[in-house]
Amino acid sequence: MSDALKTYGFETLQVHAGARPDPATGARQTPIYQSTAYVFQGADHAAALFDLKEIGFIYSRLTNPTVAVLQERIATLEGGIGAICCASGHAAQLMALFPLMSPGCNVVASNRLYGGTVTQFSQTIKRLGWSAKFVDFDDEQALRDAIDDNTRAIFCESISNPGGYVTDIPAIAKIADDVGLPLIVDNTAATPFLCRPIEQGATLVVHSTTKYLTGNGTVMGGAVVDSGKFDWSASGKFPSLSDPEPAYHGLKFHETFGPYAFTLHGIAIGLRDLGTTLNPQAAHYTLMGIETLSLRMQRHVENAMTIAKWLEGHPEVAEVTYTGLESSPYHARQKRVYPKGAGALFTVRLAGGYEACVDLVDRLELFSHVANLGDARSLIIHPASTTHRQLTADQQEAAGAGSDIVRLSIGIETADDLIADLKQALEGGST
Amino acid sequence: MPDNTSNETLRGILEETKTIAAVGVSTNPVRPSYFVVRYLHYRGYNMIPVNPAYAGQKVFGKEVLASLADIPKDQTVDMVEVFRRSEAIPGILDEALEHLAGLKTLWMQFGIYNEDAAETASAAGLRVVQDRCPKIEYQRLFGELRKAGINTGIISAKLPELRP
Repeated sequence: MSDALKTYGFETLQVHAGARPDPATGARQTPIYQSTAYVFQGADHAAALFDLKEIGFIYSRLTNPTVAVLQERIATLEGGIGAICCASGHAAQLMALFPLMSPGCNVVASNRLYGGTVTQFSQTIKRLGWSAKFVDFDDEQALRDAIDDNTRAIFCESISNPGGYVTDIPAIAKIADDVGLPLIVDNTAATPFLCRPIEQGATLVVHSTTKYLTGNGTVMGGAVVDSGKFDWSASGKFPSLSDPEPAYHGLKFHETFGPYAFTLHGIAIGLRDLGTTLNPQAAHYTLMGIETLSLRMQRHVENAMTIAKWLEGHPEVAEVTYTGLESSPYHARQKRVYPKGAGALFTVRLAGGYEACVDLVDRLELFSHVANLGDARSLIIHPASTTHRQLTADQQEAAGAGSDIVRLSIGIETADDLIADLKQALEGGST
Repeated sequence: MPDNTSNETLRGILEETKTIAAVGVSTNPVRPSYFVVRYLHYRGYNMIPVNPAYAGQKVFGKEVLASLADIPKDQTVDMVEVFRRSEAIPGILDEALEHLAGLKTLWMQFGIYNEDAAETASAAGLRVVQDRCPKIEYQRLFGELRKAGINTGIISAKLPELRP
């Protein structure tokens, strides 16, 4: 009875999970299997693979040995039963919703989300006949009221982008459980090192692996992790998983694959028909990044705390939204739900308004002005004119991305150097 | 009903078992019971399909028997795998204990568990697995599910042991 109960620490899992030595060659580092297709052992083998009677490599749109290692790595770190990797975080969101939704269905989402997600949910998914309702997730009654008979999922971010807010995942999971719906948590900004949403009641976790998991700003990627805990057959609301699936010769995924239904559906139907596949080269970069995830996140959090404190004391700064600060209205929640740290993403409101924000961005030397987060490098952006540009002014304010705000993604450089750069930029430039 | 059977025990069952009586097998190719039994047959297990509703019919060349009692006495059965509702387990167990002398394992499929029957079976010296699928466990423990991004729970720096 020993090994099923054996547990490993996060640092061991981030290096080893999914990646045994390569069975073909013994290669210790995971090889990049740069091949589109895989030779069948014979006609019976090919037929068995296509029928899902056997799991194997057919075509890299569906499965690839390098990508599979990354999927198992992320699933393990999140405490999930399986994962599907895909081309980007946005693809992951579609892949999470796809098995759950059908025309006329809606997702109830937090109003504190990455601007690109707000646009994807409020505009683009309408073309599929889906819709989204955005609610303040601190107002539990409003959340309950927004859920109707056509709701198929509840969606939020753990540590929200652009920052300043952390979701009370156990409280939202309780509501999801009460109404029998899956809770999807975007855990990009926290990573499984700071937060494991499945342990707190989430059904699915989505990631943009482009960010901290890869950690070096090299490749795009996304992942959907399934907890394996949701009963897809209980309510009759998820026929793609519970009923005969017409897109797979009438197979009932939940009955046939039990807790693995969502993951195998995501590969056999989602990747097959939506084609949102991750390439093996990108998977390799992300695997290399994850090997040092805990070390980087500790440094990201430590630097973010130091810099947020310094900024809070600066006269040009009207507000710092880092939830690790005692001044944050979400500090107590951060300590409770995210005890290992508040992440490294926050916004700063400048007393000088929009002009001061633009000046700050232009004067910084070490901070890169880019539309990304979670890089080893420190990054800055003015969300209202970039990542959150398609939102209305009200939506920008609700998302914490007003026009007098800049978003910082604190890297792993020397904190004193980052402070010196911010100081010169806030105080009129280096000349 | 989480089953805490260890990877070692499950691996032992799947390696030592040669003949499996599958109770409640369907002849419909998209039903899980057919799917699972066919897979195990394909993997080299000697499968004995049992289901009174289809007695006399054939699934992948094997005649479906009406009950465990119809299995010839000289045929050793290592494992009984059940695709019936949890409440049917005690009756099946009684029949198995009466007719299958060398039986070693009682295995209940996803969603099927019966603690009383499990205790009786354990007391009779059987290994008991509940709420799991032998196909999935075979695929998980011998490398197949690894190809599909499943968390296999196996952490090792040793070369994987591959089975066909």
